[in-house]
Amino acid sequence: MKNKLLLLVAILTLTTITVNAKSKVTCAGSTTVLPIAQATAEAFMDAHPDINISIRGGGSGVGIAALINNSVDIALSSRPMKSKEISQAKAKGINPVPYAIALDGIAVIVHPSNTISNITISQIRDIYTGKIKNWKELGGPNLPIVVISRDVSSGTFEVFNEKVMAGAKVSSSAQLLASNNAVTNTVADTPGAIGYAGVGFVSNKVKALVVEKVLPSEKTVQDGTYILSRKLYMYTNGKATGAVSSYIAFIQSPQGQKIVKEQGFIPLQ
Amino acid sequence: MKDIKEKIFQTIAYLAALLTVICLLAIIYGIFHDGLSLFKVVSWKDFLFTNNWYPTHYPPSFGAWALIIGSLTVTLGALIIALPLSLGSAIFIAEIASPRLREIVKPIIELLAGIPSVVYGLFGMAFLAPLIRQWFSLDTGLNLFTSSLILGIMVIPIICSISEDAMNSVPHSIREASLALGATKSETIFKAVIPAAKKGIIGSILLGFGRAIGETMVVLMVSGGAAQIPKSIFEPVRPLTSTIAAEMGETIMGDLHYNALFALAIVLLIITFFSNLITEIVFRPKRQK
Repeated sequence: MKNKLLLLVAILTLTTITVNAKSKVTCAGSTTVLPIAQATAEAFMDAHPDINISIRGGGSGVGIAALINNSVDIALSSRPMKSKEISQAKAKGINPVPYAIALDGIAVIVHPSNTISNITISQIRDIYTGKIKNWKELGGPNLPIVVISRDVSSGTFEVFNEKVMAGAKVSSSAQLLASNNAVTNTVADTPGAIGYAGVGFVSNKVKALVVEKVLPSEKTVQDGTYILSRKLYMYTNGKATGAVSSYIAFIQSPQGQKIVKEQGFIPLQ
Repeated sequence: MKDIKEKIFQTIAYLAALLTVICLLAIIYGIFHDGLSLFKVVSWKDFLFTNNWYPTHYPPSFGAWALIIGSLTVTLGALIIALPLSLGSAIFIAEIASPRLREIVKPIIELLAGIPSVVYGLFGMAFLAPLIRQWFSLDTGLNLFTSSLILGIMVIPIICSISEDAMNSVPHSIREASLALGATKSETIFKAVIPAAKKGIIGSILLGFGRAIGETMVVLMVSGGAAQIPKSIFEPVRPLTSTIAAEMGETIMGDLHYNALFALAIVLLIITFFSNLITEIVFRPKRQK
């Protein structure tokens, strides 16, 4: 009995030592970047059992604040740092360095039977604020528009809100659905519907609109001509070194970018 | 020795009851603790009675009136749909069906209660909503009516089986007396049995109400989620429960939006508390002096 106990203690001590020997990488920030960070971290840790990556959400602002307080190694951000945040960081002796890890584009989608195929940002805004209520106002069929939006705390809504709404409020009669898939399925079933979803989620059951004369695709998001897109970043304090650097290099590698694509985002190249 | 065993058993039972009560109190404390912080910033009148739910807009606004109306209308609709069906089934099972038929019908209706709510939601979203959109030639099938219809089907087994139990426990002498006075079968059911089983029937309706207003998955998937006061039964609504479920995942802990979602939980808790309280009062047997 006593021997067994000793053995147990020995094993426990050994495991603690090995855990301590692991290098730890901590990340926090944007919930949009979170799925990419999680999926790539899992693949990366499989290949590097000596590195342990822990990831928290909280939003871009929270992640950047944590980097400024030096409590995380990597801040996940769906936007470039604001000048105010950079000066805060400098004041604390932190030197934030951005690494682009993926692209995020959202497509505006309608039912395949809809004759409209071009739309402008201001027309989309008027539809979502409730100013335009029928497709015929845009030269389409005489059909009331069913406005479909995403839940207000989702990352997809965040891009849409920033790039399209520009401070205006989405009409209260808009339907708010809980996922990219729910939006595409509902638009596919509803002739009068308009919705938006990550470019990676658009299937042939719905029609993606040409926005400001550019059709959303992997290519137009990558070359920056499609307007409803953004870069996703990881910020580190100073140039990344050691485990942090190899993790970021993994995400930027072809293997990591393949995972980015699987998560519904767009690879950098 | 026997005494000690008895004592131990009683203590365990006492501790189990105590633990349950503590769990409840801890949940209530947690929800109120996080929810009430909202009211340091937003007045409770604005929260309850204004209609502008823009929690992530800048500046945010937290007017939950449309969400409360969403929950109440969906629940009311569900009860309107469920009542005739479930009371009709209860009357059939308790009073009309032969014992053999009863043995078949009753478990089938109760089986409805065993279907997980996400399955109801999936059914509603994938099959019922497109059908309803076509039948009534609507713009969208995800609306108040579709949600009420599915919730109504979900509460049928609750209302039906409890009402049926209540009717079953009406003494036979009452039925016999009524029939002996020359009343027909239907007169006996409506004028003798149902009045005698009134308490149980009302209680079953209140339990159905509690089930419907707390249901989350179905309304999240089927109600459409528009935070507006519906102008017709075919417009989308956004109940309290689906708002909490949809927005909680990605709010920042300790943020005002986070507190506002807990404040919505307080509203739900108060509504269900009162419906339970009324049920309790209805069910409580009158003390005989």
